[in-house]
Order: sequence, then structure tokens, then C-alpha cells
Amino acid sequence: MRFMIIVRATPESEAGVMPEEPLLAAMAGYHEALAKAGVLLDGAGLQPSATGWRVRYRAGRASVIDGPFTEVKELIAGYTLIQVRSREEAMEWARRFPAPMGEQADAEIEVRQLYEMSDFAPSEAIDRFRAMEAQR
Amino acid sequence: MTQEATHRAIEAVWRIESAKVIAHVARLVRDVGLAEELAQDALVSALEHWPEAGLPNNPGAWLMAAAKNRALDRLRQDALHARKHEELGHDLDALQAHVVPDFVDALAEASEDDIGDDLLRLVFTACHPLLSTDARVALTLRLIGGLTTDEIARAYLVPEKTIAQRIVRAKRTLTEARVPFEVPRAADLPARLGSVLEVIYLIFNEGYSATAGDDWMRPALCAEALRMGRIVAELMPDESEVLGLVALMEIQASRTSARVDAEGRPVLLMDQDRSRWDPLLIRRGLIALARAESLGGARGPYVLQAALAACHARARKAEATDWAQIVALYDALAQVAPSPVIELNRAVAVGMAFGPAAGLEIVDALGDEPSLANYHWLPSVRGDLLAKLGRLDEARAEFERAADMTRNARERDLLMARAHAVKSSP
Repeated sequence: MRFMIIVRATPESEAGVMPEEPLLAAMAGYHEALAKAGVLLDGAGLQPSATGWRVRYRAGRASVIDGPFTEVKELIAGYTLIQVRSREEAMEWARRFPAPMGEQADAEIEVRQLYEMSDFAPSEAIDRFRAMEAQR
Repeated sequence: MTQEATHRAIEAVWRIESAKVIAHVARLVRDVGLAEELAQDALVSALEHWPEAGLPNNPGAWLMAAAKNRALDRLRQDALHARKHEELGHDLDALQAHVVPDFVDALAEASEDDIGDDLLRLVFTACHPLLSTDARVALTLRLIGGLTTDEIARAYLVPEKTIAQRIVRAKRTLTEARVPFEVPRAADLPARLGSVLEVIYLIFNEGYSATAGDDWMRPALCAEALRMGRIVAELMPDESEVLGLVALMEIQASRTSARVDAEGRPVLLMDQDRSRWDPLLIRRGLIALARAESLGGARGPYVLQAALAACHARARKAEATDWAQIVALYDALAQVAPSPVIELNRAVAVGMAFGPAAGLEIVDALGDEPSLANYHWLPSVRGDLLAKLGRLDEARAEFERAADMTRNARERDLLMARAHAVKSSP
């Protein structure tokens, strides 16, 4: 099973405030622990939305909107991908995630399970059933 | 948290921590069987205390301390009964020196290197050549993987009792032979490491060969093997063959969703829908392979097999496969780890790179190979090459021969279909 641990953005992360040494060390230590446990798949910090952009789809047309974006609640600041044997194992690793903005700062992480390819496999068979049905 | 949810949370902690706890205690008591017992006692204690008190901040350190205390108690008990008081007394003094007042905090700060060393010792012990392959596999899944006896049994489609006995006997063999709890000396390391990698790859292949109807624990073996391989690679980052094995498994695992079609039939590598290959795992495999190759030295069998898998992984379409490169890699592999199966694979590659006649030459030389007498891929490959050369009747006969040889119903269907396809060619 794979899960994504998402670090939600804050005004500080959006302002591009670089994390202090203790936080960097805690993050590095945590990701090292994930790697040593054979559980880490991938991870990265995201630059503030000021250097990003959105593509908005409306009524069949796509338009580009440059960052920064003001609704910090809608933004993310980083992600970590892990591979574990159960939802509970993902919960335990998430529990150990260092406070992402510093020990005393307000912050939030969100954990989501990835769809696996096998979740999509039945659709081919479903298509074939539909084709068979249509031929009757 | 409900009782059940707490139990599952504790189980998850156990899965994460158990190998390290067992390893550390094993260094103290010098016996993996006893170490597992004491670690299990610590788990029982956690199951008793944590539901009420809540999970501790550092559950790993809590379990480690609890298991270590029990180990010291046991050693004290043994010391009282032992004749050599003084010897054990020295050991106990040394051990007790590690037990400081705030021992949980001290353990939490215990050197990562120490824990890593112990874990490596445990890996080598579980894969000890004194044990049969079955025993090594079961013991590794149990002590390193943290799988329950039931889970191992379901994965291998055998009764739970069989696995339980296998593990008990394995531990007894190690105890009676007084196998030291250590990382092998440099001189012994290549062979011993080979045993570790063999065990991990065996587990991976068991999972890789699982089919749709099997218990879900079977395909889960692939993930277990990958995880254990990654752990060993972290513990031995300078061993290229370990990185090679991890690279090989990452890339093979990347194809999981493409290997069977919607009806559950196996799909050959060249026919797979490459959009279903997992790019994340391919990337991880290529990175591991690059690290292995950057260590220099002669490429071993796992690195070469990983390089072969990488060759296929890099080709966006089957038609883009660099067959010349694959031939070169099989040539190298045939030098390092010669086998008739490798030679057969080399024949396929030569056929693709230099034409079917060249490939057929190599296959024909394997005709009398006793180890391939019941290997259905031999006539299957021969049939393919003959068909390409327009020798259709011979090709059909080979596919039918191959279909007779295989015990797998789906593979038989595939081969019979190929036989019929040849028959209907002009």
C-alpha cells in the first residue's frame, strides 16, 4: 500500500522562510529513518506558489494563472511517499513526522492513500462487458 | 481509540520495530530464539499497558527497554544457576553499566550505528548456510519481516504447523551449533552475503509468481522482499550486489500491473502495455543500479541482471529495445554466472539483434542439455525462431511440445494458440 504524507502550506512557507537547523535535522533524520526501514519511496519540498502557476479549466477552455495564490489553506508545501503493509503502519509513521514548521509552530500534515494500478484493472473488463452487452 | 484500533496500532509499531528489538537483544543473550521470546514478552507487556496509558512518545525505545530488561533478568537468573559466576558477573557488570537511570531516554539516543550493526548480524544469522533454504526463508520472514507464522503459511500455501515447526527447528539448529551472533569476517562475506541475497530474491520470486486467485499474502511477498532488500542496502551501501538486487526487484516490481491481462492471463514482456509500468519504481531501480555501477569493480550477477531489466525499462516501446546492449549484457552474465537458462536467454537476444538463424544456432547447441529437458521455454523459443525462418511445420511442432511440457494451464493455452497461429500461416 502506498501513502502520500502532504505538508500543508503556511504563511511562512509561502513567504519562502527557510527552515532552521533543528527542523532541517529533524526532517533529514525522519526521512533517513524511513529509508532505513525500506519504506521511503520519494519525497520533496515544494517552492512557494509565487514561482508556480495554475491552469484553470472553464467551459471547455484552459487559462493560465500565475502564482502566488492567497488562499494558503488550499496550498501544499511538500510531500513524502511511503510504501507500507497496512493503513495502521502509515498512521504510525505519520505520527512520527516531525512538526513540519518547527516544534512550537502551528502546522498540519495530511495523509492520503494512493490508488494502485490494480484499482483500475477492472475497467478494461467492464468495457468488454459493456461491448458484449451492446451486441446482444 | 477502540480496543481493536489500539491493538492494530500496536501491531503496526511491532512491524516497524520488532527486527531491531530482536537484533539488539540477540546481541545480549547471544541466541536468536531466546531473543525473539524476550522481544515477544515485551510486546505482550505493551499490549497490556498501552491500551490504557496510550501509546508512548517513542514506542520503539519503550519496547527496546522492556525487552532489554527482560534479557538482563534472564541473564541474572542464568548466572545464579551457572558455575562460572565470575565470567558472567563481568558480563553483567558491563551490561548494567549501560542501564542508566533515565534508560528510556538513553536508549532513545542509542547510536544508530549500533542498532544497524545488530540488525545486520540478525540478517546474516537468519540466512545462515547451516539452515535449509526453506528454513532460512521462514526465519528471515519471521525475524526480519515480522510476519506471523500464519501469514508466512498463507504466503507459501502450506499449513501453519509446517511453518511453525520449520522455525522452531531452525532456531534449535542455530542454538545447538552455537552459531555466533556476528557479521561474517571479510573472507567469508561474499558467500554469506550471497546467501542473504538469494533468500531475499527467492521470496521476491515466490511473490512474483503469484496468480490472481491466490491469497493476497502471496503477492505481498514481493513488497516484503523489496523492503528487506532496501533495508540491507541501507546497512551495506558499499556492496554493489546488494544494490544490484534492489535495482532488479524495483524494476521487476514496476511491471506488476502489466504482467497479466484483464482475464488474468500472463503477458510476455515484449507484449506488455508499457503505460502500466510504474515510473516511480523504474526510476528507483535505475538510481540503485547507477549507485551500484558507480562503486566500480567487476559487475556481479545481480548488477548484470538489473542492467538487463534496466535496458527493457528504458525502451518506451518494445520496438525501441537495444538488443545489441542486451546481448552484451548476457555475454557478461554468461561469464560470471553461466547456466543453460542464461544461455537460452542469450539466444533470444542474439536472435533479436542478429537475426533468427544466429539465435537458432545457440538454441540447437542446448538441445541435449539435461537441466532443460522439461523446461518448456526451450521448445517455445526454438519454435519462435523457426517460425521467423519460415520453417513452419517444425515451429508448430515445437510449440505443441512446449504446451505439453508446461503444467500451467494459462501458459499451455498461450502456447497452443501460438501453435495454431503458425498452422494457419500461408
